[in-house]
Amino acid sequence: MMLTRESLLNWAMIAALLIVPLAAWSLDEPFIITLATKAAILALAGVGLNIALGLGGLISLGHAAFFGIGGYAMGILAAHAQNYDPLFEWPFLFEGSNQMPLIWLVAVVFSALAALVIGALSLRTSGVYFIMITLAFGQMLYYFAISWSAYGGEDGLSIWVRNEFPGLNTLDPIQFFTIAYVILCLALVFASRLARSPFGLALAAARQNEDRVQAVGLTPFTLRLTAFVISGAITGLAGALFADLNRFVSPTMLSWHTSGEIMIFVILGGVGRLYGPVAGAALYILLEHLLGGISDYWQIFLGVLLLLIVLFARGGLIGAIAGREKAHG
Amino acid sequence: MTYILVLEQILNGLQLGMMLFLMAAGLTLVFGVMGLINLAHGSLYMVGAFAAAAVAGWTGSFLLALIASLAAAAAAGALMELVVIRRLYRRDHLDQVLATFALILIFSEGTRWLFGSFPLFLDVPSYLSGPVSLPGGIQYPLYRLTIILIGLAVAAGLFLLIARTRIGIQIRAGEADREMIAALGVDISKLYTVVFALGAALAGLAGALVGAIQSVQVGMGEPVLILAFVVIVIGGIGSIKGALAGALLVGMTDTLGGVFLPQLFAVFMDPASAASAGASLASMLIYILMAAILLVRPSGLYGGNA
Repeated sequence: MMLTRESLLNWAMIAALLIVPLAAWSLDEPFIITLATKAAILALAGVGLNIALGLGGLISLGHAAFFGIGGYAMGILAAHAQNYDPLFEWPFLFEGSNQMPLIWLVAVVFSALAALVIGALSLRTSGVYFIMITLAFGQMLYYFAISWSAYGGEDGLSIWVRNEFPGLNTLDPIQFFTIAYVILCLALVFASRLARSPFGLALAAARQNEDRVQAVGLTPFTLRLTAFVISGAITGLAGALFADLNRFVSPTMLSWHTSGEIMIFVILGGVGRLYGPVAGAALYILLEHLLGGISDYWQIFLGVLLLLIVLFARGGLIGAIAGREKAHG
Repeated sequence: MTYILVLEQILNGLQLGMMLFLMAAGLTLVFGVMGLINLAHGSLYMVGAFAAAAVAGWTGSFLLALIASLAAAAAAGALMELVVIRRLYRRDHLDQVLATFALILIFSEGTRWLFGSFPLFLDVPSYLSGPVSLPGGIQYPLYRLTIILIGLAVAAGLFLLIARTRIGIQIRAGEADREMIAALGVDISKLYTVVFALGAALAGLAGALVGAIQSVQVGMGEPVLILAFVVIVIGGIGSIKGALAGALLVGMTDTLGGVFLPQLFAVFMDPASAASAGASLASMLIYILMAAILLVRPSGLYGGNA
């Protein structure tokens, strides 16, 4: 493999994301570990969105829907488990669960199903309609969660104890970070394999020239829908982890601000670049922490920075450092 | 349930629809003429409401407050267009979404910084408060009726502007072929600024009018913005007629659904679960309506090929 500047930078980032919390662990600074965990989880959500956005060219402004569904999968299963209140009794007794692997599975399945329905409806349109429709479906789930009083409505759901993972103590920040970090790395490997697979190449081709893809006998709709479902599932998994990190899930996870923020992670890093979301999420957390300490109104600076990047530095952070080359060829 | 209640709710739906029309008209004009998706339209709504609340606080005059809302939102819109938006016309939709999302952050936090996080209040003036008797024995708040009338007047004015005036001809020509009208000597960049400021002024007026019913606070524009998106997706992006039809449809569906779905559910469920199930479904109703319309007409009721 040739080590370009971009791939060197990618390795450096992924190493830094590991080294910083390890150093914090040895210095006994759990707060920094939590920040790194948050960055890893948000990066995972961005990796999910990037499959639709970067690879497929689908500008979804509704990915908070999947993030929130993942969060509520965690909240609902864990709430039933902690209250010994069966979720359903037929066809078998199910009392909820506090096991992360099962929660992740449920989060992935339900966010994929939601992505299938939302995608099948939204992908009938394109361009600006697609943006507005994904946004609207996201808001639909947001308002539904607010009015769904069985699971906390507007107040959200709290979980007393973080869920369990076999063989690990998830309450220890560094062990929970390790879980999030390993999942992020697996997702990055998956996304890079996907981009180079025949499916990924066809999807990128559908983004670049729909007519030609159709002419060689592929169906852009099916390609895009598949990408949208995979994308939603990964973002849903990130949502389950995020809810577990906070031990709390609320409709805010579903709001369109969350969709915008996930998109910001992708863009700050550089759209279409495999490691863009890692750079973007890390930068976002860093800005939130540093500027948030200076001013309560730090989002003004975030807005100005984002505006400058969009107007003048279109390759994002990675583009500014590594030059204009694309991760997805 | 009496017919008076039904009529009252229909008027409420009409009032919501008129407000949504004021928002949606600007959005759909900007998209139709400039091909731009503007998420920051809700910020202009907020600017209008804050300007109205501030001026009403200083002068005590509601009329001046409304004028201030129009002027402040138009000025903010023109500034936004000159500094940021005009760099985005040639960009793809993703850049437009991000840049206007960035503008939301700047406007929202900037307003919070200027006015604080607590909501402001804008009072309905005494000559517009209280109920009025309508034919058929309905008592309806005068202020809400005024909003409906203002909305109708703006709609009529907008149709006249687009159909009968020189600037309307330029706007329609700009939608059809922007190179051609530039070649014919119309200053296209000035036209864009004017259209953007006009849309902004309408959003600001809507913000001020609604601000007197609800409270004036940061972030108030966003729920309305998303409803306005639903409106123009239903109506067809770029069409003023579509925006009016979509706004009325969404206003009616949302209002009537919120009131009558829980009652409908109560026919076959116990009251408590009927109330919560009805409210949940009602909150999703307009989105279901949108999905249904898109299944039949993917580019909206009056949409061409966007």
